[in-house]
Amino acid sequence: MVKRVAIVGVGTTGFRATTPDVSYRELTYEAATKAYLNAGIEPKDVGAFVSTAEDFTEGYSIADEYSPDQLGAVLKPIHTVPGDFIQSLANAYMIIQSGFCDIAVVQGLSKASNMLTKSDMITFATCPFTWRPLKESHHAIAAMEMNRFLQSSGNTREQCAKVVVKNRRNALNNPRAVHGTNLSLDDVLHSEIVSHPLGRLDIAQYADGAVVCVLASEEKVQSLKGEPIWIKGIGWATETSALESRTWDEAVYLKVASQMAYKMAGIRSPRKEIDFAEINDEYSYKELQHLEALGIFAKGESGKSVEAGLTEITGEFPVNASGGNLGCGATLELDGGHKVIEIVLQLRGQAGTNQLKNARTGLAASWRGVPTTTGAVAILAKE
Amino acid sequence: MTISNKQMTKEMIEKTVTSLSREDVIGNKVITSKWEPKLQYAWDNGPAIGRYLAELKNGKLIAKKCRKCNRIMIPPRMFCELCWRPTDEWVYVKDSGTVNTFVISHVDWKAGRLDIKGGVRPFTPAVIEIDGASEGMGILHMIDEIDPQKIKIGMKVKAIWKKPAEREGAITDILYFKPR
Amino acid sequence: MSHRRVAVVGAGMTKFVRFAKETPGELAYQAGKMALESCEMDISQIDSVSIGSAPDAFDGFHMKGEMLAEPSGGWRKPVMRNYVGGGTGVMSIIHGWQHVASGLFDTCLVVCEEKMSSAFPHPAGAFLTIFDHTTEQPIKPTLLWIFAIEMNRFMHVHGYKKEEIALVAVKNKKNALDHPAAQLGAEITVKDVLNSEIMAWPVNRLDVSPTSDGAVAIVLAAEHIARRVTEKPVWVDGVGWTLDSAYWCTRDLYYPDYVEVAARKAYEMAGIKEPSKEIHIAEPYDPFTYKELHHLEGLMLCPRGGSVKMLLDGVTQRNGNLPVCPSGGLLGVGNPISAAGLMKVAEIFWQLRGEAGKRQVPGNPKCGVAQAWGDLMQVGTVVVMRN
Repeated sequence: MVKRVAIVGVGTTGFRATTPDVSYRELTYEAATKAYLNAGIEPKDVGAFVSTAEDFTEGYSIADEYSPDQLGAVLKPIHTVPGDFIQSLANAYMIIQSGFCDIAVVQGLSKASNMLTKSDMITFATCPFTWRPLKESHHAIAAMEMNRFLQSSGNTREQCAKVVVKNRRNALNNPRAVHGTNLSLDDVLHSEIVSHPLGRLDIAQYADGAVVCVLASEEKVQSLKGEPIWIKGIGWATETSALESRTWDEAVYLKVASQMAYKMAGIRSPRKEIDFAEINDEYSYKELQHLEALGIFAKGESGKSVEAGLTEITGEFPVNASGGNLGCGATLELDGGHKVIEIVLQLRGQAGTNQLKNARTGLAASWRGVPTTTGAVAILAKE
Repeated sequence: MTISNKQMTKEMIEKTVTSLSREDVIGNKVITSKWEPKLQYAWDNGPAIGRYLAELKNGKLIAKKCRKCNRIMIPPRMFCELCWRPTDEWVYVKDSGTVNTFVISHVDWKAGRLDIKGGVRPFTPAVIEIDGASEGMGILHMIDEIDPQKIKIGMKVKAIWKKPAEREGAITDILYFKPR
Repeated sequence: MSHRRVAVVGAGMTKFVRFAKETPGELAYQAGKMALESCEMDISQIDSVSIGSAPDAFDGFHMKGEMLAEPSGGWRKPVMRNYVGGGTGVMSIIHGWQHVASGLFDTCLVVCEEKMSSAFPHPAGAFLTIFDHTTEQPIKPTLLWIFAIEMNRFMHVHGYKKEEIALVAVKNKKNALDHPAAQLGAEITVKDVLNSEIMAWPVNRLDVSPTSDGAVAIVLAAEHIARRVTEKPVWVDGVGWTLDSAYWCTRDLYYPDYVEVAARKAYEMAGIKEPSKEIHIAEPYDPFTYKELHHLEGLMLCPRGGSVKMLLDGVTQRNGNLPVCPSGGLLGVGNPISAAGLMKVAEIFWQLRGEAGKRQVPGNPKCGVAQAWGDLMQVGTVVVMRN
């Protein structure tokens, strides 16, 4: 029953702080054109499209209305997932597995720069009775989690700062990244406190961009020109939106999501069987928390591993060679799209200066940001 | 394993919801909490809509043509959504057209009622197929200077513009369309 | 194309009301609980959750799916939300079908919820932002206009009269009298519809479905599970979904191409060649009176321009040859957007199992179709179900 499904084409605009020259339409059109060319297909070859959008980030009620035109999907099967890009990828994967079609397209977009009140928007995602009236910054939710995570795991703020230094430096050599810079550990540790223990530099800045991926079943892959990158495993999960009852110590959502993906991929020892990862690091501590939830490092070991250089581009298990969210930007629903495309480029040997050696199996892990406990994982491989 | 066959009953349904009246909510008979979200956006309109707005400021309507399907499209777009290729040339179209369909609205956008009996003219929005654009290519705008009851599908109309100094590069630079 | 067979094995819903005291999460929970109890299943037997919900602006939550995940039974589970505006309710069973037909999951709980009363003073305000922000919103359009615009064009092309179309409201509100969850069941006349206040001509008050709070849930299972859980699985035999262009002013609104395209796909999958003969019962989307007729034509259950005749001839009455909206539809039961669409799916499920109580159509129907529509008059979602 289970077919092999591959990503056969990818396209992106790259990630920029602002994109004043184009509307969301042209932004997606550019990414789609590149992805279709990359896969050697035309929109008429596609059996189903999945777009990724949330109303208030797009600024439209029922934002899915504006999804078909720029993808070439007019009067084709298309629907929207208000979730993370990797959830949309999973949805397209399911559509192909169901036998409905052999080629499916996934789209994601960020026009974060067009949103003038992002903080208010995120507050609008919290409970109207228990959190909104407190009028706290949404960063306070992350800070509470960081505090609890650092205390229970034994990781340190310095180790979190090391993540920032690493990722923003990696971004300097990634042409798709916008927030690359060369910081010292001291710069990070002494950046102004936003919500203790979070400093300004612990928090990723936003970015605009679009990503489109073309998926195909194994039967179809043979006849397409795109170099296939196989989806070995995929998983997604939510814990709870409630601040009162969620697990603050660890990222349970990513634990559940990764277990689903590992099971599908037949992976027992992720650290050994996976070569590198692109992981959500919207806040510095999230890279560490997520690495532990994914079982890459044991509880309390991620910080030391980062310090020891294991997660550097030259290290034993490179993490966020692209620059991650800290280096490339936070892109809302597009988060997983950024991860997936960077993994695909690495696996194809097209990652340029940041190209990793021996990249055969990669892991993409996304998070939907504060205040959610939703994450998704995709395991991609050359074979 | 039991084979179930539980039918939905009125009793089951009644238990699912506590129905309140409008009075309960507005008259504060139940505790309510309010939240007015602050949601503001500054749209990047891109080259196609950007030019459309700039031409509106000039008192002109502009469209874009796709050489493959030969459609002249308004509002203009950088790519043809049907042929899925970049559009080719800019084409000025007329500021007149034909009513494709219309409405005589007694409510505003918040579903608030207009005081029709008090003499307020109903809103009469319409889809207007623009002369010079391809057949069936319309835009949403208002019709005025005619008794609403006399508006007909197929009626010819033309744009009434704001004075040049008052235009700001917006669709509202056209005040409305009127019969011609 | 060989599909894993997927069945609906349970369904549940809340009452539809104008103002519910319950929170959105509590509504979702109630529906999900009833659906699980109807097939004597437990949340631990549910592998995945699909949530359907329309604009976030109604409930007043950014990322509404996140808020609904836990109360919909999704705690620490794979939860995914799907979304095609008003078409979401029927898209949700399709989305659940994708989950189970893929082989990734054996069961999926599908939950649709909408609490429109949270949007204050009126949910209509949330609809301004469905229009293009630059070329349309400055004209301050309201959702009612697009219906009136479409209805006018539909009447103009086919020569339909308002007094004919009004019969849809009479039929559906009467049908709803027999629905225990209905918000607006009533015995009314064509005259009542024509004399109800004008909202936006040609749309009068009684041509319009109400704003509602409510939730509906169904349980989907793969064949091997379905056969264990129930004697009467209802099979999802065909699915189709599509969106037309967002440039709605460039399409001729008299005919819903998007419904036809989705229906053709669903019929093809279900092996249906002559829909009007092979389908015994239909729940087309009826947020407005004319929409039921418009969609019957798109579903090819009658010729283009033939829907009014079918209505006048009594074919679409509950005891007619092709009962249409025997539930009472959105006009009668209510319209908590996504939940209303899934209510139609639940109705087909109950009808095909012979469990629709007073609403049961005669003749042991074997095949039913549910359809929903949405966005800027551009979404078609269609499901074909058989017992």
